[in-house]
Amino acid sequence: MASSMLSLGSTSLLPREISKDKLKLGTSGSNPFLKAKSFSRVTMTVAVKPSRFEGITMAPPDPILGVSEAFKADTNEMKLNLGVGAYRTEELQPYVLNVVKKAENLMLERGDNKEYLPIEGLAAFNKATAELLFGAGHPVIKEQRVATIQGLSGTGSLRLAAALIERYFPGAKVVISSPTWGNHKNIFNDAKVPWSEYRYYDPKTIGLDFEGMISDIKEAPEGSFILLHGCAHNPTGIDPTPEQWVKIADVIQEKNHIPFFDVAYQGFASGSLDEDAASVRLFAERGMEFFVAQSYSKNLGLYAERIGAINVVCSSADAATRVKSQLKRIARPMYSNPPVHGARIVANVVGDATMFGEWKAEMEMMAGRIKTVRQELYDSLVSKDKSGKDWSFILKQIGMFSFTGLNKAQSDNMTDKWHVYMTKDGRISLAGLSMAKCEYLADAIIDSYHNVS
Amino acid sequence: MAMAMMIRNAAASRRAMTPISGDFGGGLRSMSSWWKSVEPAPKDPILGVTEAFLADPSPDKVNVGVGAYRDDNGKPVVLDCVREAERRLAGSTFMEYLPMGGSAKMVDLTLKLAYGDDSEFIKDKRIAAIQTLSGTGACRLFADFQKRFCPGSQIYIPVPTWSNHHNIWRDAEVPQKTYHYYHPETKGLDFSALMDDVKNAPDGSFFLLHACAHNPTGVDPTEEQWREISQLFKAKGHFAFFDMAYQGFASGDPARDAKSIRIFLEDGHHIGISQSYAKNMGLYGQRVGCLSVLCEDAKQAVSVKSQLQQLARPMYSNPPLHGAQLVSTILEDPELKSLWLKEVKVMADRIIGMRTTLRESLEKLGSPLSWEHVTKQIGMFCYSGLTPEQVDRLTSEYHIYMTRNGRISMAGVTTGNVGYLANAIHEVTKSS
Repeated sequence: MASSMLSLGSTSLLPREISKDKLKLGTSGSNPFLKAKSFSRVTMTVAVKPSRFEGITMAPPDPILGVSEAFKADTNEMKLNLGVGAYRTEELQPYVLNVVKKAENLMLERGDNKEYLPIEGLAAFNKATAELLFGAGHPVIKEQRVATIQGLSGTGSLRLAAALIERYFPGAKVVISSPTWGNHKNIFNDAKVPWSEYRYYDPKTIGLDFEGMISDIKEAPEGSFILLHGCAHNPTGIDPTPEQWVKIADVIQEKNHIPFFDVAYQGFASGSLDEDAASVRLFAERGMEFFVAQSYSKNLGLYAERIGAINVVCSSADAATRVKSQLKRIARPMYSNPPVHGARIVANVVGDATMFGEWKAEMEMMAGRIKTVRQELYDSLVSKDKSGKDWSFILKQIGMFSFTGLNKAQSDNMTDKWHVYMTKDGRISLAGLSMAKCEYLADAIIDSYHNVS
Repeated sequence: MAMAMMIRNAAASRRAMTPISGDFGGGLRSMSSWWKSVEPAPKDPILGVTEAFLADPSPDKVNVGVGAYRDDNGKPVVLDCVREAERRLAGSTFMEYLPMGGSAKMVDLTLKLAYGDDSEFIKDKRIAAIQTLSGTGACRLFADFQKRFCPGSQIYIPVPTWSNHHNIWRDAEVPQKTYHYYHPETKGLDFSALMDDVKNAPDGSFFLLHACAHNPTGVDPTEEQWREISQLFKAKGHFAFFDMAYQGFASGDPARDAKSIRIFLEDGHHIGISQSYAKNMGLYGQRVGCLSVLCEDAKQAVSVKSQLQQLARPMYSNPPLHGAQLVSTILEDPELKSLWLKEVKVMADRIIGMRTTLRESLEKLGSPLSWEHVTKQIGMFCYSGLTPEQVDRLTSEYHIYMTRNGRISMAGVTTGNVGYLANAIHEVTKSS
């Protein structure tokens, strides 16, 4: 091997300046000829330098997306996937909204081109998404005080905001709920924004630790970013009441913090777009400056198309213009400009009164199915469990997820014994539960709760 | 300077911030904004050109700025193979999240384009590859990966290069160095200076190479030169990262356009590649691309892929589906693939034709300068040699829009505007 490589030098392909010394074996550093490899069936010469990536170990499976992968591999016929939060019909099939199919057909007929969107995304989408969130005609929109950029669904929108925080608020911390969606921490870590937690979930009540939450928000250094779930908290399903939201807004203002909303379920939680935006609108009424990340993965079923937005509410139109320009500067070296397909679907659906009405109906239907299945699960638990344990938290929680209160060992039991796939924090996705499976699930939960510690 | 100021200002203004006070019965009280220190960002040099073009009311305006293909009527093109793929996909009921690594099918088909249909590396599963947000996303993930796993490393970037390359490695916090590439005197490749820089770089450096149709110059090494570069890279143990955004689009022949990569593979390099379907399949806005890293063995490829996914997850979780489906539909159907290859050749040929016409027009006008480079360069762009001042004149006097480095997007040149363009260029250069 080595000799055949050295012979290349004689064909004068190497510049004359390279001395023969460089080709000697045994020199220190990365000598490319040091380690000869031979592959009998391959005639080409092989690189002999050790790989730069030698020390790279396997990354751990993603705690959420890894669940679906494990579920797929399970052959048991009773298996139930309550892992990732993707809506399923009663037949446990994925659901593409009719209004989405309509919009896609319209787009197909129109023969839209596939040109680059501007860095900030599709203008019609940005307009629609801000109006959905704040209400068309809201002062923040009329006064052009919202910087809106189309983002790669919720994740991408959060990441843009995190990068902006890192750049313009060096040292500022984001305070996130304990627990929160698993990817929040990854996002702030990779964006190099320090974070800490505020108490949120109370395992004793399987409800909100409101005192702890307020206290921790008060404790945070002035000017911290407070990450709030606009509705349908992920993973717990536990939302503050309207009165509690008022107090949260009070303490945030008192401490001069910046609210940062993650709104992944607008319309999907209660079935009503306006109702689910109430917390965000409360803060807007207060005249505060804040961030809101949005996603259309669940409420329009556009999971795969990665459509969302980051909105920054500013105190002036000038500030909004500047902020928008800097968000673009962050997006450009990340992906240049966002994908068009999902944006067009949203713009078409929201822009047409009929389709918008149809969307609202389908959203009510999806939210309704989840409410119904919650009730069915609760009824099954109450009728089967004779211990007197209070299962009403199932009904109090809202949105796609329910925090069952099961610990890791109990969650493992759910999977290992009952083939029920969920995340290890005790979160189940009700969107993956059918009426038909409620009794089976109730059995599994009761068994895990009482017989495993 | 500006950034440091902004940071100091941000810290100062935060300390000085008074809490928002008073009741909120209605309307906004005057308040200090969190965003005082946020300066307006400079316009992106490339995408800003199109914005300015769109705002220009002149009927004569010509956009030879951004690199998006236009037909001879100056209209954006959706390839027939793409339209057909759209029709086939219509009514699809699959909208679920792709895995973090994207569509496995699309990735596999894409690797075949770059590495060859019968590539041993694909068979041996030695390539860590994921679907990315077009070429930008692929470069960015590689830059982040490089930062995380080779933290002391730098990236050598050619001069000039696509301006976003600098942004990408900067935001990934990988220090940048440059290497000679373009020779202004010849408007060709400064090969000896390039080789000097490759030789003088510390052993085991990371180099960014444009596989074909260099952006913005259109100047590519010859096959012979690529072989020399590869040999020198081997002697130095350098890592080659190829940005291939124009496969098929440069010469009209995808295999030929991948030649540089094939040479490096034959010579045994373990390379990285960014691939994009923005231009060659006209899927610009769909953001479809692929990042691949050739590893020592299948086991390492699995590890590397898992780490690439780890970088993607907190950036966008998983990539968009639609464009990937279009690519798969086209490439896995022999008829559609064959149609695609024909259409790519049509695009490449039209551009080559426009290069010839532009050069001939300038020569006919009696230009004192040589315009040989217009036909020697390849791909979407022509590095005209125009100075920023000349470009400014083209814009202000003739409403011709291009980036200030004198880069002309040949895709924006048509039989309808080539005469006007030639005349304008002649006017601003005839006294130089």
